[in-house]
Amino acid sequence: MLLNQFLILSAVLFAIGVYGVLARRNGVLVLMSIELILNAVNINLVAFGSYVSSVSGEVFALFVITVAAAEVGVGLAILLLLYRNRRSVDLSEADLMKG
Amino acid sequence: MVKLPSIGVLAAEGTAEIVQVGGWFLSNVWIIPAIPAASFFAILFFGKRMPRGGSELGIAAVAASLVLALCTVGQWISTVNGAHGAAVEPVVNRWTWWVAGGVDFQLGTLVDGLAVALLFVVTAVSLLVHVYSTDYVAGDVRYTHFFAFLSLFTASMLFFVLAENTIQMIVGWELVGVCSFVLIGHWWEEKPNSDAALKAFLTNRVGDVGLLVGVSVLFFAAGGTFSILEINTKALGGEIGHTLLLVSALCLLAAVISKSGQFFLHTWLPDAMAGPTPVSALIHAATMVVAGVYLVARLYGVFFEGMVIAGSSINALALIGGLTTLVGASLAFVQNDIKRVLAYSTISQLGYMVMALGVGAWTAAVFHLFTHAFFKACLFLGSGSVSHAVHSFDMKADMGGLRRHMPHTYRTFLIASLALAGLPPLAGFWSKDEILAGTGGWGVFGGTGGNGAYTAMLVMGMVTAALTAAYMTRCVYLTFFGRYRGHGHPHESGRRITVPLWILAVFAVGAGWTNLPKGFQIVPKSWTEQFGHFVEPAAAEGFYFPKIAHATPSWTLAIVSILVVLAGGGLAFGYYALVDRRAKAGGPATELADGPTSRWAPARLGHTLLAQKYYLDHLYTGIVAKGTAGPVARGAYWFNQHGIDEVVNQAGRKAVAAGHVVYDRIDQKVIDGVVNTAGAASHGAGEELRRMQTGKVQQYAGVMFVASVVLAAALILVL
Amino acid sequence: MDAFLNGWGLTLVTFVPLVGAALVMALPAGRELQLKAAALGASLVTALFAVLLLARFSVSRAGELQYVVDRPWIDVINSRYIMGIDGISLPLVLLTALIVPLCIVYSFGHFPEPRNPKSFLALLLVLETGMIGTFVAQDLILFFVFFEVVLLPMYFMIGVWGGENRRYAAIKFFLYTLFGSALMLVSFLAMFFLADGTLAGLEAARTFDMRALSGGATAAIARTSQLWIFAGMFLGFGIKVPMFPFHTWLPDAHTEAPTVGSVILAAVLLKLGTYGFVRVAVPMLPEAAAAWAPVIGLLAVVGIIYGALGCLAQRDLKRLIAFSSVAHMGFVMLGIATLTPFGINAAVFGMVAHGLITGMLFFLAGSVKDRYHTLEMSRLGGLLQQAPRMGWILGFCAMASLGLPGLAGFWGEFPAILASYNPAEILNEAVFRAYMVIAALGTVLAAGYLLWMLQKTAFGNAREEFADSPDVNDTTRREWLAWAPLLVLIVVLGFYPRLLHEATDPAVRESLQVEAVGGAPGDCLEVQRGEDCFEQLRRAGAQASSNSGSGR
Repeated sequence: MLLNQFLILSAVLFAIGVYGVLARRNGVLVLMSIELILNAVNINLVAFGSYVSSVSGEVFALFVITVAAAEVGVGLAILLLLYRNRRSVDLSEADLMKG
Repeated sequence: MVKLPSIGVLAAEGTAEIVQVGGWFLSNVWIIPAIPAASFFAILFFGKRMPRGGSELGIAAVAASLVLALCTVGQWISTVNGAHGAAVEPVVNRWTWWVAGGVDFQLGTLVDGLAVALLFVVTAVSLLVHVYSTDYVAGDVRYTHFFAFLSLFTASMLFFVLAENTIQMIVGWELVGVCSFVLIGHWWEEKPNSDAALKAFLTNRVGDVGLLVGVSVLFFAAGGTFSILEINTKALGGEIGHTLLLVSALCLLAAVISKSGQFFLHTWLPDAMAGPTPVSALIHAATMVVAGVYLVARLYGVFFEGMVIAGSSINALALIGGLTTLVGASLAFVQNDIKRVLAYSTISQLGYMVMALGVGAWTAAVFHLFTHAFFKACLFLGSGSVSHAVHSFDMKADMGGLRRHMPHTYRTFLIASLALAGLPPLAGFWSKDEILAGTGGWGVFGGTGGNGAYTAMLVMGMVTAALTAAYMTRCVYLTFFGRYRGHGHPHESGRRITVPLWILAVFAVGAGWTNLPKGFQIVPKSWTEQFGHFVEPAAAEGFYFPKIAHATPSWTLAIVSILVVLAGGGLAFGYYALVDRRAKAGGPATELADGPTSRWAPARLGHTLLAQKYYLDHLYTGIVAKGTAGPVARGAYWFNQHGIDEVVNQAGRKAVAAGHVVYDRIDQKVIDGVVNTAGAASHGAGEELRRMQTGKVQQYAGVMFVASVVLAAALILVL
Repeated sequence: MDAFLNGWGLTLVTFVPLVGAALVMALPAGRELQLKAAALGASLVTALFAVLLLARFSVSRAGELQYVVDRPWIDVINSRYIMGIDGISLPLVLLTALIVPLCIVYSFGHFPEPRNPKSFLALLLVLETGMIGTFVAQDLILFFVFFEVVLLPMYFMIGVWGGENRRYAAIKFFLYTLFGSALMLVSFLAMFFLADGTLAGLEAARTFDMRALSGGATAAIARTSQLWIFAGMFLGFGIKVPMFPFHTWLPDAHTEAPTVGSVILAAVLLKLGTYGFVRVAVPMLPEAAAAWAPVIGLLAVVGIIYGALGCLAQRDLKRLIAFSSVAHMGFVMLGIATLTPFGINAAVFGMVAHGLITGMLFFLAGSVKDRYHTLEMSRLGGLLQQAPRMGWILGFCAMASLGLPGLAGFWGEFPAILASYNPAEILNEAVFRAYMVIAALGTVLAAGYLLWMLQKTAFGNAREEFADSPDVNDTTRREWLAWAPLLVLIVVLGFYPRLLHEATDPAVRESLQVEAVGGAPGDCLEVQRGEDCFEQLRRAGAQASSNSGSGR
């Protein structure tokens, strides 16, 4: 069974995604990193699904893809507005909620 | 709560005969206070629109009350006569006022000899004061308001007099107090007047604590009743423990001390002279200060048992009364304000009454209350008449020689003064002498019976008698004799002032004849002790009135007291005769120019025959007059003003200071500080915590990631 | 008619003001006249319903709850929509229904800055719903909701229309009382979980039904728990009263609040606390009440003296009146602490009397401020000269407040003193007698500060500063309209206290009745060794609840 290889791939993707979310300043890249995380999860789901011979893994992955699409849509819209207002998508500058 | 037994049951328990009576006037006596009360509201709301500003309404109301009171008196007299010496049960009518938690508050009237006597005194004096006031306060800014409150004052006192229970007494007592507050402060534009009003009310309030506590104690001690008759009956029947009786009697005594101007809470009374003179007359003669005496007379069962009056030689009541007579009389010497002389004299006379109650001479006390009302009212109204003429109350600066200008005022004032001094056959003599005999202290000369041997009280009373004669002589001299020292031309007051004066003067002469002593052989026996016969309840078993031992009147005592009075008056008279002689030769008109102290040194140094001539003067002025009027009285007055009064004033100031300390230090700093600190602490905590909120998404994400790693690790490690 | 009142009367009297508030909010802000008419109309309809309730109220059965409605509300926690009034609630409902229209009348033309009559009137009406609701609710959750509804409008009233320091005062008022309420809620929940409704004849064991809780359901609670539960309520209600030492929010709130706010605060809001004691704390937990009574009594008498001393230190007229409330509520609490029917009757009377008198005094303070633009007593003086009628009313109210017999104040004060001479058997007599003397001394101080206040403001000649001020005029017609009912009631209740006691007495007796459970002795308050009696009661309770098999 090739499960380990899938899991390793997924872990690597996840780590890259987390790094991107935490370290990149560009909002678009952060969104892309979130996609990486989500897809890492998808790989995991599918891999485990086939490992236990169940379709629920694939079904779950489909749901995640849908949600991810929606999330990217909303996220890009926010970034677009942010860019329009501030001429920048640098997340370190967007700290309006500072207490 | 104990159910109230009806009065009839009480009667049935007694072994001696008790007669039950009734009668329209006796049962419907509530109308008497109701009329002036109604007139108060009527004057208040409609008085201004009336042609005479509402005064006519007030006079009509009080006159109607007087007529009814006279009818009540008549009915009472005929009832007592019909009883042929048996104890007459008081006429009681009562209704439930309200009930709560098992306590029954009743409203009712209690009519017996004491109440009837007071009804007459209050309405009569009040009517005369009303008539007098129409002239005296004519043109005053608050003429209508003045009459409205005179009405309420009268109504409150009548309500108090007729009270069936102690709650009603509290109500009447307080209403009287508030009326006096309003009337003393009648001219409230001046600060001293409103100060005096405040002082009167607050001093009375101090005593009211005693009243409230005393009434509460008595209520529970007597098994849950406010009824005066029941409380008295139970106190006398031994159903209430002695300690409780003593406690309640002492509490009530505190109330009496403040209300009746007894020693050490009397200082409000002279200050209360700030009010208009008719008000002073009403306060001193009929309505306010006698309330305290009346309270003791009403709840006599409690005091009699609580203070153990029978068979004793001293008790708190008698002692306070005795001291008050002396203090009041000695202070009256150093006053220049004629009204203040009279005020101190009232204090002293009230002392007599309280002392009489303390020694068990109940009838004598009530009798003195009765006679004193007339001559004291006459004196006050007379002083008002004088001040009306000279626009001042200062005897030394603005009076003198008014005898020729104001013949009516002079004569009535003189009569009343002699009555007050206690010269026979005027009213004051009979009542004062009865008190002195009632002390039972004349035993040295053969014994006079009575409830005990209160020799100390007898001595105090005697000394006061001499002092009274002396200071009244001084007062009369300074006002009416010598040279006129004021401004303008004084003239006699109008009829509305002189007629009441004469009526009161007639009473000041004749009131005493209602109670001639038993041993007085000059008149038929049926004329003697009439007042006592109708007023004092004949004691019976299980009755509300104690069995009082009556003192035997004594000729020797009477003669000695007359001599004492003559001596006191004579000394003062001699002194002022000398002053008069010197004044004619150009000396000062009110006292000897070479004042005792300045005269003293030349007398010892000069060795001249001229000086020798005045040895008698020295005796009079340097030792007797100066000694009494000087160091002693001045010292007493100083003590009064700086000692007692200072304590009163300081108490007030200290209370305010304490208030400031409590408020500034404790309330604002400590208690409120705790509250504010709690608020500040949560605010500070928030300030600290807000730093975590950076607004940076990635930081949040980092925290979240770390946290989930930690949680996952924990999950793995634990499971 | 009767059927209608029985079913809907209390709901209407509670919620008509809320409907009125909605109406006011719906009207455009510019039409001031319509706004006033709507608000006054709503409050008058409420008053009308209150009067109808009074008219059909059966005084002979004043001890029982009347006009009871009982509907399911929140099933999950077995909280029901129960309303009903007895002789204790009735006077307070009437007082509220009377005060609010008077306040509305008074505020016409007097709207404090920043005006905005629309919000002001709407808040007043919401406040009325909260107050009346508290007095009629018979379910603890419902009670709590109404109790809290009152807070917000008052917070805005102080915070928006108040004086200089209004924000501080408003927040203090809000947070302080909310703090107390939180503890109170914990107590309510504790009772919900610990009491056994079956003992009082309910089907469910856990209940918020106040009738059941004061009818024996609490016999299942252990003594220590009772003490803690009572402590929580004590804080909640005590802060509202306010009792010393939880009173510091009161002077600030009163000083800063607009006139109408002060009046309602003094006349009704403070009564929510004492009503809580009389309705909730004492009847539900008599044993704990007996244990806490000496403490309550002590704080009450300390409050009497302390409040009076505080008054003597004041320079501001309104603050003085506020502090006098601390002293007067001390008398009320002393009456409650005696745990006798007589004492609690006195307390209820004291509540109503204080509402009328102190409400009146705050009205007067407001009118003085309108005329002189200051309440600094050293700057005032000569009110009797410049505005004689108002000066007289001030004197009258001062006399009523210091407890002059013949006016309402006396019957709250003296009976409280009398009652503390002879508290319930279970309590220590000597302690309460000492309280009696201290409380009696308080009456002297009361006379002191009130007369001193009167002298400063009313007596003397008019100050030069204000001698020719055009603002200083005598009582206006609108003021007469707002004050006359209060003045009349002060006199009428003073002369005829029976009017109130007729209703309160049976209700108070009923509330102090300790329900006997399963054959155990009742009325443990009037037994010398009350603790044993309560212990017996508890054992009988445990027996009964295990028998019925409704253990949780």
